[in-house]
Amino acid sequence: MNVRSQISMVFHLDKCIGCHTCSLACKNIWTDRRGTEYMWWNNVETKPGTGFPTQWEDQEKYRGGWKVVDGKLKLRSTDKRHTVTDIFHNPSQPTMDDYYEPWTYKYDELFNAPEGADQPTARPISMVTGEYINIESGPNWDDDLGGSPVYAENDPNFKGLSHEQRQQLFAIERLVFFYFPRICNHCLNPSCVASCPSGALYKRGEDGIVLIDQKRCRGWRSCIAACPYKKTFYNWSTGKSEKCVLCYPRLETGQAPACFHSCVGRIRYLGVLLYDADRLEEVAKLPDDQLVDGQRSLILNPNDPEVVAAALKNGIHESVVEHAQRSPVYQFVKEWKLALPPHIEFRTLPMLFYVPPMSPVMASKNDDTVESVSENFFHDIEEARVPLQFLANLFGAGHQAKVVYALKKQKAVRMYRRAVTVGDIDLKTAERLLTEAGSSVEEAEAIYRLTSLCTFDDRFVIPPMHREEAIEMIKDPHEHRASTGFGFVQSPERGL
Amino acid sequence: MSGSPFFLDEILFIVLPYLAFGIFLLVSIRRYIRETFTFSSLSSQFLENQQHFWGLVPFHYGIITILTGHVIGFLIPREILLWNSHPLRLYVLEIAAFIFGLLTMIGLISIIIRRATVPKIKMVTSWADWVLFGMFVVQILSGLYTAVFHSWGSSWYAAAAVPYLWSLLTLNPDIGAITAMPWMVKLHIVGAYLIIAFFPFTRLVHALVVPNPYLWRKPQVVRWYGIRKSPARPLH
Repeated sequence: MNVRSQISMVFHLDKCIGCHTCSLACKNIWTDRRGTEYMWWNNVETKPGTGFPTQWEDQEKYRGGWKVVDGKLKLRSTDKRHTVTDIFHNPSQPTMDDYYEPWTYKYDELFNAPEGADQPTARPISMVTGEYINIESGPNWDDDLGGSPVYAENDPNFKGLSHEQRQQLFAIERLVFFYFPRICNHCLNPSCVASCPSGALYKRGEDGIVLIDQKRCRGWRSCIAACPYKKTFYNWSTGKSEKCVLCYPRLETGQAPACFHSCVGRIRYLGVLLYDADRLEEVAKLPDDQLVDGQRSLILNPNDPEVVAAALKNGIHESVVEHAQRSPVYQFVKEWKLALPPHIEFRTLPMLFYVPPMSPVMASKNDDTVESVSENFFHDIEEARVPLQFLANLFGAGHQAKVVYALKKQKAVRMYRRAVTVGDIDLKTAERLLTEAGSSVEEAEAIYRLTSLCTFDDRFVIPPMHREEAIEMIKDPHEHRASTGFGFVQSPERGL
Repeated sequence: MSGSPFFLDEILFIVLPYLAFGIFLLVSIRRYIRETFTFSSLSSQFLENQQHFWGLVPFHYGIITILTGHVIGFLIPREILLWNSHPLRLYVLEIAAFIFGLLTMIGLISIIIRRATVPKIKMVTSWADWVLFGMFVVQILSGLYTAVFHSWGSSWYAAAAVPYLWSLLTLNPDIGAITAMPWMVKLHIVGAYLIIAFFPFTRLVHALVVPNPYLWRKPQVVRWYGIRKSPARPLH
């Protein structure tokens, strides 16, 4: 057992209202510089939809992530041989057209326009060239199913769905969608790190945050082709790649990352997980249907004395272990099994987990009366407006069992709370439902509390990052405190 | 040309090469230490993907092959002469070299057209790039001209130019063979020194940081605080 700690996240999709506050908080802090205007380290997608960059989930197109060949893990398009032969021109590299050309408006034309019969307008100009452009798409062009026939129909997650099921999603009276906020998953087996020819990408040993060393990066862009989630980006101005840093300067000072902090729907949770690094490769090679369970088995019980002893022996600080014991992520992922990794079939072992969303309740119509409750309380999960297979393609590597389990449990908790607060459902029935969903009254109360009544401190259990220990090894912390500051010693500008 | 009153040959073929290599070494090292951030391939494939292929691929494969040829000739001139002693083998080498030179030229022309015409690419093109394009055009054209009109360059390069280069390297410069060369060949040699001198100021520095350790390292990279070593085995 080789215990390591990892900062992990849970996004509760049932609570996401798609307000994009997270995206803007991130944009304002990190990506408002030249060359980064098109980047959205945090973005919110409407599902079904093609996402950002367009159809990023389609690995036939982008060829990112890992595959198993003859019992060995291999990068799909960025293994060593391809990196050598494709170094001058990488055929699986996305271009700006796959994202969008960033633009602003010529606002001064509003003020400088000569007097006339027409209202002055501020025409859009490209933030790359400064020329006037016709805006053809943007990072959220299909928000709330805008332009569904063009965008939503091309969602790669429709794989394996029948024609009827697809049509069902688009029939106006049954129309349904949900939001899918995304940041870097800070994977346990990151393909971006493995592909970097310069060794510029790395995983921080102490907290698992994946970063790009800006001085080591040479702009070969293997990471961009390799990341199946397309969460590394190329800064075309500086010639370096950049990615979500999980706001590590904020984490190191005990603050939640900006996108977490600003989340209006309080859908985001952050905490430490302890995992066994020795079994990573073995788990990443499991067949598709065993991947979710395999990844869960990597996550160790922080209350197990054996695990604690091994963690301390590995240099993990006592305070980190204590925080792991209170981690909301551990509860969602491991104890309750409500949160699932996105597209685990890419085999990068993402450490951002999603609680799958409940579809709106489907009422059945008997003559002229509408009934929302039937004898089988779980009927609206199997017959949900969002076909189960669609959710399974997103969160279960195409297999429905784990998704069904998470949805049933959520539904049972809802019914139980309804029995308690409204009382129109018999408490006995609610308890039966909980048992059927593999839960209990105690667990339902805990899920309810962490889902609905959670405070800031419940959602973000940020361990001390102990930077002082790191500094101590190099120089006197007091001297460091007086001599260090923010920013670059050398400005991060493009060379000739 | 020899006996020129301004010692032109001495300046071009003795002073210039030492100056060029001096600038190359000092500026490259200084830039690597002081301006590490500026070391990048500065790729523009992200902004334009179609013409990129037709420019970058022929240019790189062409120039790498041609440069390797020059280096091999420099290292093992006797073996090259031995190879060329058989006419058929000489033709094969000469024609192959010319084809790769042509490939480089075609790639460079596509690159220049792309840089000059695609609006987004113009935004990431600096004055240094244009100077470099000019130098490359002169260099490749003079090389191709030499290959066609001063036949069997692979042989006389090994026999006459390589000893001159070695004499520079051993700090005992002997330019006797060079001063007698046609002016186009001299242009090619001087052009090379100028490119070497300009090299560390430009985007060409990406060639100094080609990622070779990657081929041997483990897939996953983990960095720990400060000087503490990983407490346990790496990921894979």
